[in-house]
Amino acid sequence: MSISLEPTAYLLVAAALLAVSGVPGLLLRRPALGQRCGAFIAVCASILGECAIAGLFTGSPAATWQIDWTLPFGPALLGADHLSALFLIPLFLVTGCASVYALAYWPAGRQRGAGQLSFFLGLFTSSMVMVVLARNGVLFLMSWEVMAITAYFLLTVEREGAEVQRVGIVYLFATHVGTMALFALFALLCGDTGSFVFPAPHSLPSTVPYAAIMIAAALFGFGGKAGIMPLHFWLPGAHANAPSHVSAIMSGIMLKMGVYGILRTLSFFVAVPAWVGWLVLALGASSALGGIAQASGQRDLKRLLACSSIENIGIVFIGIGLALVGMQIRSPFLTVCGLAGAFIHILNHGLFKSLLFMGSGAIIHGTGSREIDRMGGLARRMPATALLFFTGSIAICGLPPLNGFVGELFLYVGAFRDGITDPLPLPALIVPVLALVGGMAVITFVKLYGIVFLGSPRSDGAAAAHEAGRPMTGAMALLTIGCLTGGMAPPLLLGLVAPAIEQYGAVPAGLVAGIGSQVPLLPLAAVNVTLVSTALAVAWWYRVRLQRSPRAVGATWGCGYLAPTTRMQYTGSSFSELAVNQLGAIVAPLRRRPSIGGSTFPRDARFTYGVTETILDRVLTPAFHGAGQAFSYVRRLQHGHLHIYVLYIVATLFVLMLWVH
Amino acid sequence: MTDIIIHCALTLLFPPLLLGIIGKTKAAFAGRVGAPFLQPYYDLIKLVRKGSVFSETTTWVFRAGPVVTLSATLVAALLIPLGRHAAPVSFNGDLILFAYLFGLARFFTTIAALDTGSSFEGMGAAREVTFSCLAEPTLFIALITLARTSGSLSLSTILTHTTPAGWLATGASMLLLIGALFIILLAENCRIPFDDPTTHLELTMIHEVMVLDHSGPAFGMILYGAALKLFVLGALFANVAIPLATGNALVDWVIFVVTMAALAVAIGVVESVMARLRLVRIPQLLVGSTILAAFSMLLVLR
Repeated sequence: MSISLEPTAYLLVAAALLAVSGVPGLLLRRPALGQRCGAFIAVCASILGECAIAGLFTGSPAATWQIDWTLPFGPALLGADHLSALFLIPLFLVTGCASVYALAYWPAGRQRGAGQLSFFLGLFTSSMVMVVLARNGVLFLMSWEVMAITAYFLLTVEREGAEVQRVGIVYLFATHVGTMALFALFALLCGDTGSFVFPAPHSLPSTVPYAAIMIAAALFGFGGKAGIMPLHFWLPGAHANAPSHVSAIMSGIMLKMGVYGILRTLSFFVAVPAWVGWLVLALGASSALGGIAQASGQRDLKRLLACSSIENIGIVFIGIGLALVGMQIRSPFLTVCGLAGAFIHILNHGLFKSLLFMGSGAIIHGTGSREIDRMGGLARRMPATALLFFTGSIAICGLPPLNGFVGELFLYVGAFRDGITDPLPLPALIVPVLALVGGMAVITFVKLYGIVFLGSPRSDGAAAAHEAGRPMTGAMALLTIGCLTGGMAPPLLLGLVAPAIEQYGAVPAGLVAGIGSQVPLLPLAAVNVTLVSTALAVAWWYRVRLQRSPRAVGATWGCGYLAPTTRMQYTGSSFSELAVNQLGAIVAPLRRRPSIGGSTFPRDARFTYGVTETILDRVLTPAFHGAGQAFSYVRRLQHGHLHIYVLYIVATLFVLMLWVH
Repeated sequence: MTDIIIHCALTLLFPPLLLGIIGKTKAAFAGRVGAPFLQPYYDLIKLVRKGSVFSETTTWVFRAGPVVTLSATLVAALLIPLGRHAAPVSFNGDLILFAYLFGLARFFTTIAALDTGSSFEGMGAAREVTFSCLAEPTLFIALITLARTSGSLSLSTILTHTTPAGWLATGASMLLLIGALFIILLAENCRIPFDDPTTHLELTMIHEVMVLDHSGPAFGMILYGAALKLFVLGALFANVAIPLATGNALVDWVIFVVTMAALAVAIGVVESVMARLRLVRIPQLLVGSTILAAFSMLLVLR
């Protein structure tokens, strides 16, 4: 049977299915049945979407479709190419997993807001499909706005909490400031090309008017959505307070929409100005370092994961920056390595970050807390989640033999090769940054996993934790299998991104296919297999030795202290304190020490310790308070006396008349 | 083929002897006779035969820790050239994998330490990950420098590339690089001045405190893995520092073994004449080594 599917049409059907997937949950009388129907529709849509992408990969030509609208913004074109496909692969996978996960995590009927949640989740994912398919600026912005607004409704589903309300407002503010920049971008683009339809790739000379402003607007607007370092302030709070499967999609997929926007915008230009590559590289480096520094000090499970997303987006940006610099210094090899690293990391991060967020949901579900320092010993009570989370933790640290290493390997090889061939190897300086980020990631995730899952429970909630339901572990297991497959078969990952690199990078034919001789993908696979088999052999030997020798069980060695309690264990804050102290400038740890003394008897004392959101707490919030104070003087004009208001109008008219004459 | 067999045999059998030499050197400095050179081997054999005690808080992670750490180090040992001989496994870009295998080993060692729920082991794990993280940039800058001077991304080419003539031509850069690498060698292997392997107070330890709860064969694996790590990183250092080659394969093997023994003596001397640094000073020394490595890279770029 020949498969004659036209990918774009199927993707549009999948988007439509996703959009209506939440409707049964709202309409059916039995909410649990409605939720199941919705999840079924979402999974069908996901499978359909993945099949459509498979069609695109097997060479079915993708048509461009047009919505017949009467709006004066030119034809509303929709099309799919390999760049879109790159973002759709994790989107459909994670969406399918998340909707199944929600069945146990947020069961309709037992937990309030399930209908709202699945309705907006459907619209949210559907709008993201539209974002990557849209080929018209206005259609793009409409989808973008639906995505932004539905995300707001998703993250404020528990709207009673003051914290949720606050982060909701911050998110709404951040996303709309970003959208404002995007309005400017598409308006200027329309001014240059005469239409809101996206120009053909590599068709705009960088000499068109306002090219620099357009690129800056794209970096600001899309970079804010991606959570790049100075514009990341909305991200930790939003991701921490959303329901976990929503956090998984927001972190694994929505942030990438910002990356997609930047890639799409840059692809319009024949050649981007030289500064763009260096700026993207610098932004990437600062996000990667700053993000992981923030993450290492966090005490909130999901906030930690959210900050680590900033780091991962930073790594993606480093890849894009290397690629742009490669284009500029005419090094196609650096371009291919940068793009491959960025694209593979986009896929990988979609897998392991969604896995970890879903795992965090399982932890919260089991213990009722998000605070790392109150957990412990969950590996005994939640064995399945513990194993899956463990795999995700290794993957996100970028350690072999899992998939996280593959993307970073491309970045390393590209930068190292540049360090050898380039007369002035500035891009190679990214290598120590990546190494430092990798080391910090190990600190962060050893802390997260060790404190949460290992040791003894530090609170009653942790002691009474229960394993997550089947739908939750099943969804996580699927993502874990993705991580393992990518790690053991790295050429597969390259195969997924190769068409996108060829389409995007405008590099000599054959370079992508022949990259295997430069970047050791097959040797990596061989070493990974060797590593796993060595570990299995050693484990088998150890097992035999254990069986043949006496075993005893006792208490942990407490250095002679006889009455240890679980509260004496090392906490996450203590674990990361050493590192956080080295990074005081970025993380700005907040300490309130108890004051003892004064009178003969000590007074009540409190000790608090935490890391601050430097940008939000130290820059933006004071700035907005200042602005509010300044405008409070203007507010005196607004007192509610109607006749005075009419006087204002007359006075304004009078002044305007004077001005005109 | 002979070289591969010698490589594997040396890798498997030689590492504990390094510990023996270090111990003997320290004993000589202290005016003692010291334990025999082969004492680490006796210890390992004894540990493998012993029974095990497991803490009741531990899980499979605690058992997996030593296993994966040792396996990762063993695989890394396949990638490192010994002396003038290429490694059994070498490919373009293996140096990145080499560094990351140690990252994997560190992940498992520290996570196994946290599995016991002991605050001492938590302390050790926190120190280990933080100090290694600070050591990471130095290693990578050193690798860039070496890659640039040799024009290759494969450890076997990079490390067998240095010749006495080339060494003299880039002397200043190499000296700085060797300084940085020696600091990293001591830090990664938890030797004085970073950590005192013979200290008796849990509060001040790094590596030893992480493995307090391991016993029997698992502890044997840890001791052996630590010796192996010293051997592998020591080979990396020795290849850069002493680029002697005669062309005769067998003589080169002898030179390599003598070099490694000399390195062990050097470490023993450092341990005898220096005191352990205060913990707050360690990051400063590590950052200092990064700056040394960066200087050496600048000299190569010039």
